[in-house]
Amino acid sequence: MTRWAMTVDLRRCIGCQTCTAACKQTNATPPGTQWRQVLDIESGEYPDVRRTFVPVGCMHCADPPCVHVCPTTATRKRDDGLVTMDYDVCIGCGYCAVACPYQARHINHRRSFAYGDAPDETEAARFDPRRMAVANKCTFCVDRIDAGLAQGLKPGVDPEATPACVNSCITETYAFGDREDPNSNVSQLLAENHWFRMHEELGTDPGIYYIVDGK
Amino acid sequence: MSFVEPKAGRVAPWIQTNWDLRAAGNFIGGGSGTGLLIVAAFAAGAAYRPFALLGLALVALGLSSVFLEIGRHLRAPRVLAHVGRSWMTREAIVAPFLFAAGLAAAWYQTPALAGLTALLAAAYLYCQAQIVHAAKGIPAWREPRSVPLMVVGSLAEGAGLLVLVLAILDRSFAVRWPALALAVLLVARTVAWRGYRKRLQAPAAALAALDAGRRIFDRLGNWVAAPVAIVASMLAPGPLAAGLAAAAGALAAACGWHFKAMLITRAAHNQGFALPALPVRGKGPVGPAAKPGW
Repeated sequence: MTRWAMTVDLRRCIGCQTCTAACKQTNATPPGTQWRQVLDIESGEYPDVRRTFVPVGCMHCADPPCVHVCPTTATRKRDDGLVTMDYDVCIGCGYCAVACPYQARHINHRRSFAYGDAPDETEAARFDPRRMAVANKCTFCVDRIDAGLAQGLKPGVDPEATPACVNSCITETYAFGDREDPNSNVSQLLAENHWFRMHEELGTDPGIYYIVDGK
Repeated sequence: MSFVEPKAGRVAPWIQTNWDLRAAGNFIGGGSGTGLLIVAAFAAGAAYRPFALLGLALVALGLSSVFLEIGRHLRAPRVLAHVGRSWMTREAIVAPFLFAAGLAAAWYQTPALAGLTALLAAAYLYCQAQIVHAAKGIPAWREPRSVPLMVVGSLAEGAGLLVLVLAILDRSFAVRWPALALAVLLVARTVAWRGYRKRLQAPAAALAALDAGRRIFDRLGNWVAAPVAIVASMLAPGPLAAGLAAAAGALAAACGWHFKAMLITRAAHNQGFALPALPVRGKGPVGPAAKPGW
């Protein structure tokens, strides 16, 4: 069984937001909606102050609260661990958004544009009316994964089959692969390093692993 | 010029914006309506009809309110698709049976139909409480003791409305026992609130919102209303007893609504983001945990 998962090496992230831009470009999300974002967390007290950049998004949980609460089954979990959205079924009730502990879900009730009250050429061309007034979120670029697999490519190894944020990262903060495969890049990284998963105490079994130190 | 409030980049918990007063309206109307249907089955006696109709009207108002919240209104029937896990689906499935039984009970006014309606109302109310509890992203909602608080609170609101309407209908002779029942439910609501608040682990801002609202909900809605209801139940039937009972009932219901509105809109801070350890930069150990806003 496959479970697609992501590792984020927090030692490497410099907060350049290239992944954020790549995600927006790939998925044409409107202003205010970032499926991938990088948090800039300042913590501690002078003189022991730290600044940490933390990429977040849908964690593609193994036990996803959003799937459980969704009254329409628009949100589903695939056998490979990806949590998907069916825009044609969602009623936009927002229940998944309040059930998600990672603030990963968005609902756009009105069209918004980067500049002014009208779409620019790209926004007009890439506007998807199916996404209006329904929940949307990071898909781990499921379309790229599926298309790549169909061509015999390996997600996380071949860029054509790998999420855009992972491809774009200039510091190799991200890795993507099959958590169930002990020889995959993510499994090896997790075996060699100390890591945590966010809000793991809530029992969601999230699919993004944060690396903080080597073993 | 359109303006989109930036949400990206926030770290500490912030108030969710997906459910507003329209969603709260469903918990207010549905809770009070089902609470009224339940207590009326036991306490209204021959005067059951107006209470049944009022209870159903409140449930309908709640459903109408939440209908306004959803993004795709024409797809609303799809809400019935996930009975296996979703409490929202279960609530939607119970609703038509509740209305059918309630209308039949109001028409025929038989104890059996009133009892069936009360059972369905209890199921509906339980679904509503679980809807709140299942929202794992909102710490103030997911606390397990929110379930008894929502259930008992709604019963108290229903009893409050029953007493209020009884007094308005000039049935002061019938107010004694319902007023006593209201007092008992208000004591139960106080216990449920204290248990909930004691165990609740939530962002500091959510706790502050709850504690600020406590002045109205707990002190006025419980600690003032309950003694007034007790006094009303002890007085000889008459305008004074009816007036006090009406005041207690109105306080119990209104303060319960205030609490639900507050819980859904003002104490609804999300989880925020947290790091159990900070990454090593260069050499040295991992950094201490960071959990802003808690």
